[in-house]
Amino acid sequence: MDEKQLEDHFNEKIDQDIRIEPKDWMPDNYRKTLIRQISQHAHSEIVGMLPEANWISRAPTLRRKAAALAKVQDEAGHGLYLYSACETLGIDRDTLLDQLHTGKAKYSSIFNYPTLTWADMGAIGWLVDGAAIMNQVPLCRTSYGPYARAMIRVCKEESFHQRQGFEIMLTLCKGSEEQKKMAQDALNRWWWPALMMFGPSDKDSPHTEQSMRWRIKRFTNDELRQKFVDATKPQADLLGIEIPDPDLKWNEERGHHDFGEINWDEFFNVIKGNGPCNKQRIDARTKAWEDGAWVREAANSYAEKKSKRNAA
Amino acid sequence: MNENLFNYILQQADNCLILGQRLGEWCGHGPVLEQDIAMTNIALDLIGQSRMLYQYAAEVQDEGKSEDDLAYLRDAWDFKNVLLVEQTNGDFAKTILRQFLFDSFNCPFYEKLKDSNDERLAAIAEKSHKEALYHLKWSSDWVLRLGDGTEESHERIQNALEELWSYSEEIVNPSEADDDAKEKGYGVDLDAIKSERTDKIKEVLEEATLAVPEGTYNHSGGKEGKHTEYLGYILADLQFLQRAYPGNEW
Repeated sequence: MDEKQLEDHFNEKIDQDIRIEPKDWMPDNYRKTLIRQISQHAHSEIVGMLPEANWISRAPTLRRKAAALAKVQDEAGHGLYLYSACETLGIDRDTLLDQLHTGKAKYSSIFNYPTLTWADMGAIGWLVDGAAIMNQVPLCRTSYGPYARAMIRVCKEESFHQRQGFEIMLTLCKGSEEQKKMAQDALNRWWWPALMMFGPSDKDSPHTEQSMRWRIKRFTNDELRQKFVDATKPQADLLGIEIPDPDLKWNEERGHHDFGEINWDEFFNVIKGNGPCNKQRIDARTKAWEDGAWVREAANSYAEKKSKRNAA
Repeated sequence: MNENLFNYILQQADNCLILGQRLGEWCGHGPVLEQDIAMTNIALDLIGQSRMLYQYAAEVQDEGKSEDDLAYLRDAWDFKNVLLVEQTNGDFAKTILRQFLFDSFNCPFYEKLKDSNDERLAAIAEKSHKEALYHLKWSSDWVLRLGDGTEESHERIQNALEELWSYSEEIVNPSEADDDAKEKGYGVDLDAIKSERTDKIKEVLEEATLAVPEGTYNHSGGKEGKHTEYLGYILADLQFLQRAYPGNEW
Protein backbone atom coordinates (compact mmCIF):
# COMPACT_ATOMS: atom_id res chain seq x y z
CA MET A 1 0.00 0.00 0.00
CA ASP A 2 1.20 3.51 -0.69
CA GLU A 3 1.03 6.35 1.83
CA LYS A 4 -2.38 7.52 0.60
CA GLN A 5 -3.90 4.05 0.92
CA LEU A 6 -2.39 3.60 4.36
CA GLU A 7 -3.84 6.89 5.48
CA ASP A 8 -7.27 6.04 4.06
CA HIS A 9 -7.19 2.73 5.85
CA PHE A 10 -6.17 4.48 9.08
CA ASN A 11 -8.98 7.03 8.75
CA GLU A 12 -11.50 4.27 8.11
CA LYS A 13 -10.48 2.57 11.33
CA ILE A 14 -10.79 5.84 13.20
CA ASP A 15 -14.25 6.42 11.75
CA GLN A 16 -15.36 2.93 12.72
CA ASP A 17 -13.95 3.33 16.24
CA ILE A 18 -11.46 0.53 15.70
CA ARG A 19 -8.53 1.04 18.06
CA ILE A 20 -5.13 1.89 16.63
CA GLU A 21 -2.45 -0.42 18.05
CA PRO A 22 1.33 0.15 18.32
CA LYS A 23 2.26 -1.92 15.25
CA ASP A 24 -0.40 -0.34 13.03
CA TRP A 25 0.53 2.30 10.52
CA MET A 26 -0.30 5.80 11.74
CA PRO A 27 0.36 9.32 10.42
CA ASP A 28 3.47 10.94 11.88
CA ASN A 29 1.43 13.75 13.34
CA TYR A 30 -0.94 11.37 15.06
CA ARG A 31 2.09 9.73 16.68
CA LYS A 32 3.56 13.09 17.64
CA THR A 33 0.28 14.36 19.05
CA LEU A 34 -0.10 11.24 21.14
CA ILE A 35 3.47 11.37 22.44
CA ARG A 36 2.91 14.98 23.40
CA GLN A 37 -0.41 14.32 25.09
CA ILE A 38 0.42 11.04 26.85
CA SER A 39 3.80 12.22 28.09
CA GLN A 40 2.27 15.48 29.27
CA HIS A 41 -0.23 13.40 31.14
CA ALA A 42 2.46 11.11 32.62
CA HIS A 43 4.53 14.12 33.68
CA SER A 44 1.44 15.63 35.31
CA GLU A 45 1.05 12.50 37.41
CA ILE A 46 4.59 12.58 38.75
CA VAL A 47 4.84 16.33 39.21
CA GLY A 48 1.37 16.10 40.75
CA MET A 49 2.81 13.85 43.46
CA LEU A 50 4.74 16.80 44.90
CA PRO A 51 2.05 19.19 46.16
CA GLU A 52 0.26 16.36 47.94
CA ALA A 53 3.39 14.59 49.19
CA ASN A 54 4.05 17.93 50.88
CA TRP A 55 1.28 17.10 53.40
CA ILE A 56 1.94 13.40 54.02
CA SER A 57 4.15 14.10 57.03
CA ARG A 58 1.54 16.47 58.48
CA ALA A 59 -1.65 14.52 57.78
CA PRO A 60 -3.87 15.07 60.83
CA THR A 61 -4.77 11.43 61.58
CA LEU A 62 -3.17 8.09 60.85
CA ARG A 63 -6.09 7.15 58.63
CA ARG A 64 -5.57 10.32 56.57
CA LYS A 65 -1.83 9.71 56.46
CA ALA A 66 -2.34 6.21 55.09
CA ALA A 67 -4.85 7.51 52.54
CA ALA A 68 -2.49 10.28 51.46
CA LEU A 69 0.39 7.83 51.00
CA ALA A 70 -1.85 5.49 49.02
CA LYS A 71 -3.09 8.30 46.85
CA VAL A 72 0.32 9.66 45.97
CA GLN A 73 1.48 6.12 45.33
CA ASP A 74 -1.43 5.65 42.90
CA GLU A 75 -0.28 8.74 41.06
CA ALA A 76 3.20 7.29 40.69
CA GLY A 77 1.53 4.14 39.36
CA HIS A 78 -0.44 6.18 36.83
CA GLY A 79 2.81 7.78 35.76
CA LEU A 80 4.21 4.31 35.16
CA TYR A 81 1.30 3.06 33.04
CA LEU A 82 1.31 6.25 31.01
CA TYR A 83 5.06 6.24 30.38
CA SER A 84 4.68 2.62 29.28
CA ALA A 85 1.81 3.55 26.95
CA CYS A 86 3.97 6.34 25.56
CA GLU A 87 6.92 4.00 25.04
CA THR A 88 4.78 1.91 22.66
CA LEU A 89 5.00 4.90 20.31
CA GLY A 90 8.77 4.48 20.01
CA ILE A 91 10.22 6.83 22.60
CA ASP A 92 11.83 5.80 25.89
CA ARG A 93 11.10 6.99 29.39
CA ASP A 94 14.51 8.57 29.96
CA THR A 95 14.07 10.78 26.88
CA LEU A 96 10.62 11.80 28.07
CA LEU A 97 11.95 12.65 31.53
CA ASP A 98 14.72 14.66 29.99
CA GLN A 99 12.08 16.67 28.11
CA LEU A 100 10.33 17.33 31.42
CA HIS A 101 13.50 18.42 33.20
CA THR A 102 14.63 20.72 30.40
CA GLY A 103 11.22 22.34 30.12
CA LYS A 104 10.61 20.99 26.60
CA ALA A 105 7.59 19.03 27.74
CA LYS A 106 4.69 20.49 29.67
CA TYR A 107 2.58 19.16 32.52
CA SER A 108 -0.72 20.28 33.94
CA SER A 109 -0.24 23.82 35.22
CA ILE A 110 -2.46 23.13 38.25
CA PHE A 111 0.52 21.54 39.98
CA ASN A 112 2.35 24.84 39.94
CA TYR A 113 0.09 26.08 42.72
CA PRO A 114 1.15 25.57 46.34
CA THR A 115 -0.59 23.43 48.97
CA LEU A 116 -0.81 25.78 51.93
CA THR A 117 -3.17 24.07 54.36
CA TRP A 118 -4.57 20.61 55.01
CA ALA A 119 -7.78 21.65 53.27
CA ASP A 120 -5.79 21.73 50.03
CA MET A 121 -5.64 17.94 50.24
CA GLY A 122 -9.41 17.98 50.17
CA ALA A 123 -9.68 20.60 47.46
CA ILE A 124 -7.19 18.84 45.21
CA GLY A 125 -9.03 15.54 45.48
CA TRP A 126 -12.42 17.13 45.03
CA LEU A 127 -11.66 19.72 42.33
CA VAL A 128 -8.41 18.73 40.66
CA ASP A 129 -9.15 15.02 40.52
CA GLY A 130 -12.74 15.89 39.69
CA ALA A 131 -11.61 17.96 36.71
CA ALA A 132 -9.11 15.28 35.74
CA ILE A 133 -11.90 12.70 35.67
CA MET A 134 -13.99 14.89 33.35
CA ASN A 135 -10.99 15.07 31.04
CA GLN A 136 -10.04 11.45 31.38
CA VAL A 137 -13.24 9.43 31.25
CA PRO A 138 -13.66 10.16 27.53
CA LEU A 139 -10.02 9.12 27.05
CA CYS A 140 -10.97 5.55 28.02
CA ARG A 141 -12.47 5.49 24.50
CA THR A 142 -9.62 7.34 22.82
CA SER A 143 -8.50 5.92 19.48
CA TYR A 144 -5.04 4.72 20.54
CA GLY A 145 -5.36 1.32 22.25
CA PRO A 146 -2.57 1.43 24.86
CA TYR A 147 -3.60 4.94 25.97
CA ALA A 148 -7.26 3.95 26.27
CA ARG A 149 -6.38 0.87 28.31
CA ALA A 150 -4.09 2.85 30.63
CA MET A 151 -6.86 5.39 31.13
CA ILE A 152 -9.36 2.76 32.21
CA ARG A 153 -7.11 1.85 35.12
CA VAL A 154 -6.33 5.49 35.90
CA CYS A 155 -9.99 6.54 35.94
CA LYS A 156 -11.02 3.86 38.40
CA GLU A 157 -8.51 5.14 40.92
CA GLU A 158 -9.16 8.82 40.22
CA SER A 159 -12.83 8.55 41.07
CA PHE A 160 -11.86 6.99 44.38
CA HIS A 161 -9.50 9.93 45.01
CA GLN A 162 -12.21 12.40 44.16
CA ARG A 163 -14.62 10.91 46.70
CA GLN A 164 -11.84 10.86 49.27
CA GLY A 165 -11.09 14.55 48.63
CA PHE A 166 -14.73 15.47 48.91
CA GLU A 167 -14.92 13.58 52.17
CA ILE A 168 -11.98 15.59 53.56
CA MET A 169 -13.82 18.79 52.59
CA LEU A 170 -17.05 17.53 54.13
CA THR A 171 -15.33 16.72 57.41
CA LEU A 172 -13.79 20.20 57.52
CA CYS A 173 -17.06 21.88 56.64
CA LYS A 174 -18.83 20.04 59.43
CA GLY A 175 -16.02 20.92 61.85
CA SER A 176 -14.95 24.02 63.76
CA GLU A 177 -15.11 27.57 62.43
CA GLU A 178 -11.39 27.43 61.72
CA GLN A 179 -11.77 24.22 59.75
CA LYS A 180 -14.59 25.66 57.71
CA LYS A 181 -12.49 28.74 57.02
CA MET A 182 -9.71 26.44 55.86
CA ALA A 183 -12.09 24.70 53.45
CA GLN A 184 -13.41 27.98 52.04
CA ASP A 185 -9.91 29.34 51.62
CA ALA A 186 -8.87 26.22 49.72
CA LEU A 187 -11.89 26.49 47.41
CA ASN A 188 -11.06 30.16 46.82
CA ARG A 189 -7.54 29.31 45.74
CA TRP A 190 -8.22 26.14 43.72
CA TRP A 191 -11.42 26.97 41.90
CA TRP A 192 -10.05 29.05 39.03
CA PRO A 193 -6.90 26.97 38.51
CA ALA A 194 -9.18 23.89 38.38
CA LEU A 195 -11.24 25.49 35.59
CA MET A 196 -8.01 26.26 33.76
CA MET A 197 -7.18 22.54 33.75
CA PHE A 198 -9.46 22.08 30.75
CA GLY A 199 -7.06 24.17 28.71
CA PRO A 200 -7.61 27.29 26.64
CA SER A 201 -11.00 28.22 25.34
CA ASP A 202 -11.95 26.31 22.14
CA LYS A 203 -11.33 29.31 19.94
CA ASP A 204 -7.73 29.48 21.22
CA SER A 205 -7.01 25.76 21.34
CA PRO A 206 -4.66 24.95 18.47
CA HIS A 207 -4.81 21.16 18.72
CA THR A 208 -8.48 20.53 19.40
CA GLU A 209 -9.84 20.21 15.88
CA GLN A 210 -7.31 17.67 14.65
CA SER A 211 -7.45 15.72 17.91
CA MET A 212 -11.23 15.50 17.64
CA ARG A 213 -10.90 14.28 14.04
CA TRP A 214 -8.52 11.54 15.18
CA ARG A 215 -10.78 10.75 18.10
CA ILE A 216 -7.96 11.28 20.53
CA LYS A 217 -10.20 13.88 22.12
CA ARG A 218 -13.93 13.32 22.28
CA PHE A 219 -15.13 16.62 23.74
CA THR A 220 -13.79 20.15 23.42
CA ASN A 221 -12.18 22.01 26.31
CA ASP A 222 -15.17 24.28 26.78
CA GLU A 223 -17.66 21.39 26.74
CA LEU A 224 -15.74 19.60 29.48
CA ARG A 225 -15.32 22.78 31.53
CA GLN A 226 -19.06 23.38 31.41
CA LYS A 227 -19.72 19.83 32.51
CA PHE A 228 -17.36 20.29 35.43
CA VAL A 229 -18.97 23.53 36.59
CA ASP A 230 -22.43 21.96 36.36
CA ALA A 231 -21.35 18.94 38.38
CA THR A 232 -19.40 20.86 41.01
CA LYS A 233 -21.76 23.71 41.93
CA PRO A 234 -24.29 21.46 43.73
CA GLN A 235 -21.42 19.78 45.58
CA ALA A 236 -20.18 23.16 46.87
CA ASP A 237 -23.75 23.89 48.00
CA LEU A 238 -23.83 20.60 49.84
CA LEU A 239 -20.58 21.52 51.58
CA GLY A 240 -21.96 24.94 52.42
CA ILE A 241 -19.04 26.85 50.95
CA GLU A 242 -19.09 29.41 48.21
CA ILE A 243 -17.51 29.21 44.77
CA PRO A 244 -15.51 32.45 44.32
CA ASP A 245 -17.35 33.61 41.18
CA PRO A 246 -20.06 36.28 41.44
CA ASP A 247 -21.16 35.49 37.87
CA LEU A 248 -21.85 31.85 38.57
CA LYS A 249 -25.58 31.19 38.23
CA TRP A 250 -27.99 28.72 36.70
CA ASN A 251 -29.15 29.58 33.18
CA GLU A 252 -32.56 28.02 32.68
CA GLU A 253 -32.50 28.58 28.94
CA ARG A 254 -29.17 26.86 28.36
CA GLY A 255 -29.78 24.23 31.02
CA HIS A 256 -26.26 24.99 32.29
CA HIS A 257 -24.53 27.28 34.75
CA ASP A 258 -23.13 30.53 33.42
CA PHE A 259 -19.82 31.45 34.93
CA GLY A 260 -17.30 34.26 34.93
CA GLU A 261 -14.38 34.79 32.59
CA ILE A 262 -11.19 32.92 33.42
CA ASN A 263 -8.11 35.05 33.95
CA TRP A 264 -6.30 33.87 30.83
CA ASP A 265 -3.30 36.09 31.53
CA GLU A 266 -2.71 34.08 34.68
CA PHE A 267 -3.21 30.83 32.75
CA PHE A 268 -0.64 31.69 30.07
CA ASN A 269 1.75 33.07 32.66
CA VAL A 270 1.71 29.83 34.61
CA ILE A 271 2.22 27.85 31.40
CA LYS A 272 5.18 30.08 30.55
CA GLY A 273 6.78 29.18 33.87
CA ASN A 274 5.69 32.08 36.05
CA GLY A 275 3.35 30.19 38.36
CA PRO A 276 3.99 30.24 42.09
CA CYS A 277 5.76 26.85 42.14
CA ASN A 278 6.97 26.11 38.58
CA LYS A 279 10.59 26.40 39.56
CA GLN A 280 10.24 24.40 42.79
CA ARG A 281 8.41 21.58 41.03
CA ILE A 282 10.93 21.16 38.23
CA ASP A 283 13.85 21.63 40.61
CA ALA A 284 12.45 18.90 42.87
CA ARG A 285 11.96 16.48 39.97
CA THR A 286 15.37 17.25 38.49
CA LYS A 287 17.07 16.89 41.86
CA ALA A 288 15.39 13.52 42.48
CA TRP A 289 16.51 12.34 39.04
CA GLU A 290 20.08 13.60 39.35
CA ASP A 291 20.51 12.41 42.93
CA GLY A 292 19.22 9.02 41.81
CA ALA A 293 21.70 8.63 38.93
CA TRP A 294 24.22 6.66 41.00
CA VAL A 295 21.44 4.36 42.26
CA ARG A 296 20.29 3.54 38.73
CA GLU A 297 23.90 2.99 37.64
CA ALA A 298 24.50 0.68 40.58
CA ALA A 299 21.38 -1.36 39.78
CA ASN A 300 22.46 -1.72 36.14
CA SER A 301 26.00 -2.63 37.04
CA TYR A 302 24.81 -5.23 39.55
CA ALA A 303 22.39 -6.73 37.05
CA GLU A 304 25.18 -7.00 34.47
CA LYS A 305 27.54 -8.65 36.92
CA LYS A 306 24.83 -11.06 37.94
CA SER A 307 23.93 -12.09 34.42
CA LYS A 308 27.63 -12.60 33.62
CA ARG A 309 27.99 -14.80 36.71
CA ASN A 310 24.89 -16.76 35.78
CA ALA A 311 26.20 -17.24 32.23
CA ALA A 312 29.59 -18.45 33.50
CA MET B 1 -3.74 -1.17 83.20
CA ASN B 2 -1.05 -3.68 82.34
CA GLU B 3 1.81 -1.17 82.06
CA ASN B 4 4.32 -3.60 80.59
CA LEU B 5 1.96 -4.86 77.91
CA PHE B 6 1.06 -1.28 77.03
CA ASN B 7 4.72 -0.29 76.72
CA TYR B 8 5.51 -3.43 74.79
CA ILE B 9 2.88 -2.63 72.18
CA LEU B 10 3.97 1.01 72.02
CA GLN B 11 7.61 0.09 71.40
CA GLN B 12 6.66 -1.63 68.19
CA ALA B 13 3.90 0.83 67.25
CA ASP B 14 6.29 3.76 67.63
CA ASN B 15 9.00 1.99 65.62
CA CYS B 16 6.55 1.49 62.77
CA LEU B 17 5.12 4.99 62.90
CA ILE B 18 8.43 6.84 63.02
CA LEU B 19 10.05 4.73 60.30
CA GLY B 20 6.89 5.05 58.18
CA GLN B 21 7.02 8.80 58.68
CA ARG B 22 10.66 8.92 57.62
CA LEU B 23 10.11 6.75 54.54
CA GLY B 24 7.13 8.87 53.56
CA GLU B 25 9.53 11.80 53.19
CA TRP B 26 10.86 10.08 50.06
CA CYS B 27 7.47 10.12 48.38
CA GLY B 28 7.80 11.99 45.08
CA HIS B 29 11.59 12.22 45.38
CA GLY B 30 12.78 8.62 44.81
CA PRO B 31 15.70 7.77 42.53
CA VAL B 32 13.43 6.02 40.03
CA LEU B 33 9.65 5.77 39.84
CA GLU B 34 9.50 2.07 40.71
CA GLN B 35 11.50 2.61 43.92
CA ASP B 36 9.48 5.69 44.81
CA ILE B 37 6.46 3.39 44.71
CA ALA B 38 8.25 0.68 46.72
CA MET B 39 9.24 3.07 49.51
CA THR B 40 5.78 4.59 49.69
CA ASN B 41 4.35 1.10 49.80
CA ILE B 42 6.56 0.11 52.71
CA ALA B 43 5.71 3.36 54.50
CA LEU B 44 2.06 2.52 54.00
CA ASP B 45 2.51 -0.98 55.44
CA LEU B 46 4.35 0.42 58.45
CA ILE B 47 1.69 3.05 59.13
CA GLY B 48 -0.89 0.28 58.84
CA GLN B 49 1.00 -1.85 61.36
CA SER B 50 1.31 1.09 63.74
CA ARG B 51 -2.44 1.68 63.54
CA MET B 52 -3.33 -1.90 64.51
CA LEU B 53 -0.88 -1.67 67.39
CA TYR B 54 -2.03 1.75 68.62
CA GLN B 55 -5.64 0.62 68.50
CA TYR B 56 -4.78 -2.33 70.68
CA ALA B 57 -2.58 -0.21 72.99
CA ALA B 58 -5.47 2.23 73.46
CA GLU B 59 -7.72 -0.67 74.48
CA VAL B 60 -5.13 -1.96 76.92
CA GLN B 61 -4.76 1.54 78.35
CA ASP B 62 -8.52 1.72 78.78
CA GLU B 63 -8.77 5.50 79.13
CA GLY B 64 -11.04 6.00 76.15
CA LYS B 65 -8.20 7.13 73.92
CA SER B 66 -7.82 6.47 70.20
CA GLU B 67 -4.94 5.48 67.92
CA ASP B 68 -4.59 9.15 67.03
CA ASP B 69 -4.38 10.27 70.65
CA LEU B 70 -1.43 7.96 71.08
CA ALA B 71 0.31 8.99 67.88
CA TYR B 72 -0.45 12.70 67.99
CA LEU B 73 -0.71 13.75 71.60
CA ARG B 74 2.29 12.23 73.33
CA ASP B 75 5.58 14.10 73.57
CA ALA B 76 9.00 12.67 72.77
CA TRP B 77 9.63 11.28 76.26
CA ASP B 78 6.65 8.95 75.88
CA PHE B 79 7.78 7.58 72.53
CA LYS B 80 9.43 4.17 72.83
CA ASN B 81 10.86 3.65 69.36
CA VAL B 82 14.52 2.77 68.92
CA LEU B 83 16.94 5.50 67.83
CA LEU B 84 17.60 3.73 64.52
CA VAL B 85 14.22 4.58 63.03
CA GLU B 86 14.48 8.30 63.73
CA GLN B 87 17.79 8.68 61.88
CA THR B 88 17.55 10.93 58.83
CA ASN B 89 16.97 9.49 55.37
CA GLY B 90 20.34 10.73 54.12
CA ASP B 91 21.03 9.41 50.63
CA PHE B 92 19.30 6.32 49.22
CA ALA B 93 22.10 4.13 50.62
CA LYS B 94 21.48 5.31 54.17
CA THR B 95 17.74 4.82 53.81
CA ILE B 96 18.31 1.29 52.50
CA LEU B 97 20.74 0.38 55.24
CA ARG B 98 18.47 1.75 57.97
CA GLN B 99 15.61 -0.22 56.45
CA PHE B 100 17.66 -3.39 56.23
CA LEU B 101 18.75 -3.14 59.86
CA PHE B 102 15.12 -2.67 60.87
CA ASP B 103 13.65 -5.35 58.57
CA SER B 104 16.21 -7.90 59.72
CA PHE B 105 14.62 -7.45 63.16
CA ASN B 106 11.02 -6.86 62.16
CA CYS B 107 10.66 -10.00 60.09
CA PRO B 108 11.75 -12.57 62.71
CA PHE B 109 10.02 -10.47 65.39
CA TYR B 110 6.61 -10.88 63.78
CA GLU B 111 7.35 -14.46 62.86
CA LYS B 112 7.86 -15.30 66.53
CA LEU B 113 5.10 -13.01 67.76
CA LYS B 114 2.64 -15.19 65.83
CA ASP B 115 3.06 -17.64 68.74
CA SER B 116 2.15 -15.02 71.33
CA ASN B 117 -0.35 -16.17 73.96
CA ASP B 118 -2.05 -12.80 73.43
CA GLU B 119 -4.50 -13.41 70.58
CA ARG B 120 -4.55 -9.81 69.39
CA LEU B 121 -0.77 -9.61 69.13
CA ALA B 122 -0.66 -12.98 67.39
CA ALA B 123 -3.24 -11.80 64.83
CA ILE B 124 -1.39 -8.52 64.19
CA ALA B 125 1.84 -10.48 63.77
CA GLU B 126 0.21 -12.89 61.35
CA LYS B 127 -0.81 -10.08 59.03
CA SER B 128 2.34 -7.99 59.48
CA HIS B 129 4.80 -10.83 58.98
CA LYS B 130 3.78 -11.22 55.35
CA GLU B 131 4.53 -7.55 54.77
CA ALA B 132 7.80 -7.69 56.71
CA LEU B 133 9.00 -10.61 54.58
CA TYR B 134 8.60 -8.51 51.47
CA HIS B 135 10.29 -5.51 53.11
CA LEU B 136 13.29 -7.60 54.10
CA LYS B 137 13.60 -9.01 50.61
CA TRP B 138 13.44 -5.52 49.12
CA SER B 139 16.01 -3.98 51.46
CA SER B 140 18.38 -6.98 51.28
CA ASP B 141 18.25 -6.92 47.49
CA TRP B 142 19.16 -3.25 47.53
CA VAL B 143 22.02 -3.78 49.99
CA LEU B 144 23.38 -6.29 47.47
CA ARG B 145 22.85 -4.03 44.48
CA LEU B 146 24.48 -1.05 46.12
CA GLY B 147 27.26 -2.98 47.84
CA ASP B 148 28.17 -4.93 44.73
CA GLY B 149 27.11 -2.29 42.19
CA THR B 150 29.53 0.49 41.30
CA GLU B 151 32.46 1.91 43.20
CA GLU B 152 30.37 4.91 44.19
CA SER B 153 27.41 2.89 45.43
CA HIS B 154 29.74 0.60 47.37
CA GLU B 155 31.36 3.55 49.07
CA ARG B 156 28.04 5.17 49.87
CA ILE B 157 26.51 2.12 51.48
CA GLN B 158 29.71 1.30 53.35
CA ASN B 159 29.59 4.84 54.76
CA ALA B 160 25.96 4.37 55.71
CA LEU B 161 26.87 1.15 57.46
CA GLU B 162 29.61 2.90 59.47
CA GLU B 163 27.20 5.68 60.38
CA LEU B 164 24.30 3.46 61.46
CA TRP B 165 26.15 0.52 62.94
CA SER B 166 26.04 1.84 66.50
CA TYR B 167 22.25 2.11 66.22
CA SER B 168 21.80 -1.48 65.08
CA GLU B 169 21.73 -3.46 68.33
CA GLU B 170 19.33 -1.43 70.49
CA ILE B 171 16.35 -3.09 68.89
CA VAL B 172 17.36 -6.56 70.13
CA ASN B 173 18.45 -5.45 73.61
CA PRO B 174 15.60 -6.07 76.05
CA SER B 175 13.80 -3.37 77.98
CA GLU B 176 11.74 -4.04 81.08
CA ALA B 177 8.69 -4.49 78.87
CA ASP B 178 10.58 -6.94 76.63
CA ASP B 179 11.58 -9.03 79.65
CA ASP B 180 8.05 -9.12 80.99
CA ALA B 181 6.65 -10.00 77.56
CA LYS B 182 9.03 -12.90 77.19
CA GLU B 183 8.40 -14.18 80.68
CA LYS B 184 4.60 -14.02 80.44
CA GLY B 185 4.57 -15.41 76.93
CA TYR B 186 2.81 -12.55 75.13
CA GLY B 187 6.06 -11.36 73.57
CA VAL B 188 9.13 -12.81 71.93
CA ASP B 189 12.54 -13.88 73.16
CA LEU B 190 14.88 -11.19 71.85
CA ASP B 191 17.95 -13.38 72.43
CA ALA B 192 16.63 -15.85 69.87
CA ILE B 193 16.03 -13.06 67.37
CA LYS B 194 19.42 -11.52 68.05
CA SER B 195 21.48 -14.47 66.85
CA GLU B 196 19.25 -15.14 63.86
CA ARG B 197 19.41 -11.47 62.94
CA THR B 198 23.18 -11.20 63.34
CA ASP B 199 23.60 -14.17 61.00
CA LYS B 200 21.29 -12.65 58.41
CA ILE B 201 23.04 -9.29 58.55
CA LYS B 202 26.49 -10.88 58.21
CA GLU B 203 25.34 -13.06 55.33
CA VAL B 204 23.89 -10.16 53.35
CA LEU B 205 26.79 -7.80 54.07
CA GLU B 206 29.28 -10.44 53.01
CA GLU B 207 27.48 -11.15 49.76
CA ALA B 208 27.29 -7.41 49.18
CA THR B 209 31.10 -7.26 49.58
CA LEU B 210 30.71 -4.90 52.56
CA ALA B 211 32.95 -4.88 55.62
CA VAL B 212 31.30 -5.28 59.01
CA PRO B 213 32.33 -2.21 61.03
CA GLU B 214 34.69 -2.79 63.91
CA GLY B 215 32.93 -0.54 66.40
CA THR B 216 31.10 -2.28 69.20
CA TYR B 217 29.51 0.71 70.94
CA ASN B 218 25.71 0.72 70.91
CA HIS B 219 23.51 3.75 71.40
CA SER B 220 20.39 3.13 73.43
CA GLY B 221 17.64 4.94 75.29
CA GLY B 222 14.80 4.97 72.79
CA LYS B 223 12.81 2.27 74.53
CA GLU B 224 12.96 4.39 77.71
CA GLY B 225 11.95 7.59 75.96
CA LYS B 226 15.43 9.10 75.63
CA HIS B 227 15.75 10.07 72.00
CA THR B 228 17.96 11.87 69.53
CA GLU B 229 17.29 15.49 68.62
CA TYR B 230 15.62 14.31 65.43
CA LEU B 231 12.50 13.04 67.16
CA GLY B 232 11.35 16.49 68.26
CA TYR B 233 11.34 17.68 64.66
CA ILE B 234 9.60 14.55 63.46
CA LEU B 235 6.85 15.07 66.04
CA ALA B 236 6.57 18.80 65.28
CA ASP B 237 5.73 17.85 61.70
CA LEU B 238 3.61 14.81 62.49
CA GLN B 239 1.54 16.43 65.23
CA PHE B 240 1.21 19.98 63.87
CA LEU B 241 -2.50 19.98 63.02
CA GLN B 242 -3.64 18.13 66.13
CA ARG B 243 -1.64 20.52 68.28
CA ALA B 244 -2.63 23.72 66.46
CA TYR B 245 -6.35 22.88 66.33
CA PRO B 246 -6.97 20.59 69.28
CA GLY B 247 -10.10 18.54 69.70
CA ASN B 248 -11.31 18.55 66.10
CA GLU B 249 -12.38 15.76 63.79
CA TRP B 250 -10.30 15.48 60.63
